[in-house]
Parts: sequence; C-alpha cells; structure tokens
Amino acid sequence: MSLKQKIALAVLAVAVAASLAAGWLAQHSYAEQSREFISSAPSAQFWLGTDELGRDRFARLLYGTRVSLLLAPAAALLSTFFAALIGGAAGYLGGFWERTVTTGIDLFLSLPWLFLLLAVRALLPLNTSPVTSVMITFLLLGCLGWAAPARIIRAGTRTLASSDYLVQAAAIGVSPRRLFWLHLLPNLRPILLAQFWISVPLFILSEANLGLLGLGVSEPLPSWGALLRELENYSAVLQNPWMLAPAALLVIVVSCLQLLLRTEESVAC
Amino acid sequence: MVHLLLRQARRILLTVLLGGLLGATLVRLGPGFGVDERELDSRLSAESQQAIRIQAARDNNIARFYFRYLAGLVHGDFGFSRSLNRPVSQLLAERLPLTMLSLGYGVLGGVSIGLALALLTVWWRAPGADILPAIASGLCLAAPAAVIALVFLWLAPWIGAASRWAIALVVFPHVYRYAKNQLVATAQSAHVVAAQARGLSSWRVLWAHVFTPATPQLAALAGISVSLAFGASIPIEVICDTPGIGQLAWRAALDRDLPLLVTITVLVALMTLLVNSLADIALKTWKPGVAE
Repeated sequence: MSLKQKIALAVLAVAVAASLAAGWLAQHSYAEQSREFISSAPSAQFWLGTDELGRDRFARLLYGTRVSLLLAPAAALLSTFFAALIGGAAGYLGGFWERTVTTGIDLFLSLPWLFLLLAVRALLPLNTSPVTSVMITFLLLGCLGWAAPARIIRAGTRTLASSDYLVQAAAIGVSPRRLFWLHLLPNLRPILLAQFWISVPLFILSEANLGLLGLGVSEPLPSWGALLRELENYSAVLQNPWMLAPAALLVIVVSCLQLLLRTEESVAC
Repeated sequence: MVHLLLRQARRILLTVLLGGLLGATLVRLGPGFGVDERELDSRLSAESQQAIRIQAARDNNIARFYFRYLAGLVHGDFGFSRSLNRPVSQLLAERLPLTMLSLGYGVLGGVSIGLALALLTVWWRAPGADILPAIASGLCLAAPAAVIALVFLWLAPWIGAASRWAIALVVFPHVYRYAKNQLVATAQSAHVVAAQARGLSSWRVLWAHVFTPATPQLAALAGISVSLAFGASIPIEVICDTPGIGQLAWRAALDRDLPLLVTITVLVALMTLLVNSLADIALKTWKPGVAE
C-alpha cells in the first residue's frame, strides 16, 4: 500500500468514526429546529451554522455521512451477491445459460444507470417515512447495480472453471454443487472484493444525484444527497461558503475510495 | 460485414423488444394505472362511465397491453403524458434536439479534453507530468454530476452553456484515464522503441506510432461516452434548467408519469445501443484483429 493509499485509508477511517460518534460530537439532533437561529453563521454552538429551518448543519452532516457511508456498502454487498450468483452461475454452467445471462446483462447495461434508477424509483412510493425512503433508495441501488459486476464475475468464473484443479476435482467425482461453493466461489474472492469496492463510490454518487433531484432519502433524515439540495440556492452559497461542506466531504471520501480501489483492481486483475 | 450488421440489428431489435416489454410491464403495474379522473365527473352518464371502465379494462392484460404499446411505437405513437396532458411524441420532438445538441457539444468537448491531456501526458514524460490531469480527473470522477452542474451554473455568466460544460467534465475523466492507459501501453511497445532509436521526432513517434495504432481502441470510447452523457443529462438539465429530455424524465418521475418515463428510457437505450453498435462496427471493420 502506497503512502497516498495509507492517507486515504486514514481519512476514510476518520470520516466513518466521526459519523458513528455523531451522537457525542454533535451538540444537537439532526432534526432539532432552533427557531431563533435560522440560517445562522458558524458559531461555538453551531459549528457549520444552521439551515433555513434552524437545524444544526454539523449534526446533519455527521448523521448524513453515517447514512451514506453505512448504507452504500450494504447496497454494494447486495449487488455483489446478486452479481456473484448470476454471473458465477452463468460462467460455471456455460452454454445456453451463459448466453441468456449475457444477453440480459447487455440489455441491462444498455439502459443508462440514472434513467433506470429514475424509472424504477418512480414506480415505488415517494411519500414514505424517512426510514422507508432510505431502505427503498439503497435497496434499489443494490438490486439494480448487479449487471456490470456480473459481467466481470462471469468472465472470471469462465477462466476458473477451466483451470486444472477444478477439472481434476470434477474428475475425482466432486459434486457440481460442492465444486461451486467450496472450490469456485472462494477463488473468486479477489474479483468479488474488487467489484464490491468499485460499487461503493458508484452508489454514494448515485444516492447523491437522486437526493439532489428529490428522489432519495426523505426529510428530515439527512444523507449526502439530501444535504446537497441546499446548494441549489447558489446565491446563498456564495454568501455562506460553509454550505459547501457536504459537497467537499463527499468529494474527499469518494476520492479516497477511488485511491484505495486501485489496489483492489490490481488484485482482481 | 453483412453478418456483422445483421448481428447488431438483431441485438438492437431484441433489446427494444425486451425493453419495451419491461417498460409496458412497469407502466401496467405502476400505481394509478387504469384509474381515470373522468370517472369522478358527475356530468358523465352511467353509460359513459361504463364505456370508460371497459376501455381501461382492455389494458389489464399485460400481453395485450404490450402489443398495443408496441404497435403504437411502430406507428410513432409513444403514448400520452398524463402529467403534461400532451402526446409523448410531441414532447420528445420539442426536447430531444436540445438534449442532443448539449450531448453533442459535451461529448465532443469531454473527448477532446481527455484525449488532449492523455496525449500531453504521454508526450511530456517528465516525472509528475500527469499530476494535474490526474487530480482534475479524480475530482471530476468523485463529484456527482449534479454538483459539477452547480459549479458551471455559478460560472455560467462568464463561460455560458453550463450544461454543455458540465457534460464535458463528466465525460472527460473516463476518456482521460482510458486513453492514457492505452497510449502508455502502446508507447512501451517494441515498434515505438525502434522508431525512437531511429531518431524520429517525439511528435512524429507520438502521432504516427502511438496515437494512430491506438485509435481503434479509443474509438470504442464513443459508445461509453454517449451512455455516460445520457445518464448525466438528468441531473445536469435539472440543475441548469435546460428543457431537454433529462429534465422531462425527472418531471415524469416526480409526477409518476410512467408512460412518459418508460418511453424516454427505451428511447435513450435505443440511441445508446445505436452508438455502441456503430462504434463496434467501425472497430471491427477498421481493425478486425483488435476487435476480437
């Protein structure tokens, strides 16, 4: 691991720790409205000022970071699981199944990601409770994000399936199910890990875009996407540059993830 | 060549058919399907209301609904937008040219910036030469398209055309990283070392022996860039208030106007596939060995 990657890991660790310690670090709740401090500047009481409803921006940033940083990996785990199941089975079985799955993946990938997300998100209820909206947003990301990883996993499985040790295991009579779960899947771990880490920043950015469009996590629960909506009022941003804190943190965290990704990608290759 | 064209056409047709089925199913299962506000109109007689119900019931069967939807598509009838109370084809005709123009300029700009920086990085082989482009591409990759659009909205009074710039900056980092890797790999090959040993100028080596052989792989970027640009067009058009199809898709999602949203999605998929197929055909015709 290079120095840059060590720094990136440290920054990520601090961001995750701060978000998990939000209850201790923030002096206010993310939903608490102080009517006497509406749109106030940073102070000892409100480190990043307050929003137009008098809510502590610092508390909202910490809790929003927690939502995005905990749920994006959860969604990535889900999508990697689906990708492993679909891509792994297609690569292992080959023939008709592989052709069918490849066609399905091509079809899925021909739809631009945000258009697909928007179409399926519109099908689901929009006026839900904040917790339900969080679940819907990240489940959707997890369920729709399987296609690109599945393509890589299928190719990886195809290569592994023709390797000597698997052919020998099959020759001595190991059952196909045992071959898949005990010999194939564990050896796919570097590829699965790489696909997992590639999906995390993608899902964080997708949630941010959805949130900014008003189709993500519902108020009053904060997420990075929901916090970025404040930036639409750009005349206020010029007067209150601390409103850029969520965007800056998002860019820093995603950059750190991408720096770390290079190690994972090289391992997978 | 004919075989290749047929294969691409079959792929597009299959995608449109399956995409149409998926779309029709989404519309059919979407909330509010079959509910007609006219049923609440007290001026309508019982017979008129019954006729409306019968008309709605005809679409309850997904297969029948799909074939009607498909037949409509073939005849250029893309359905009716309930939220905007206008035919979808009319809305698309108004908004598509604007999006295509933004996308055209944006993709062209993004590809040009990405390729130029990649070439410069490969040509100027000093240590740390790629630091600035790497930081710029890293920042653009790490920022959501909507945030990039906001930045250009602030800069619009000075540079104008915020949506085109934003699309260019969404496309640029992907082109830069891919092109740089391709060009660096080509620059390390034996024929380039031989050309340098013969004393050819660095620009000639770069142009004739590094860039030209890598062109087929770089051409494949066209398809990816268009797909990226289409995806980014939604937040960018919303933030920049550009009345294109990205903004239309967003309004359709908020108003739960699924017929409109699904038609736009299928159309965008079709256009993406067409560009991908063209890039694929060009690549296979140009350098069959590379394509394989």
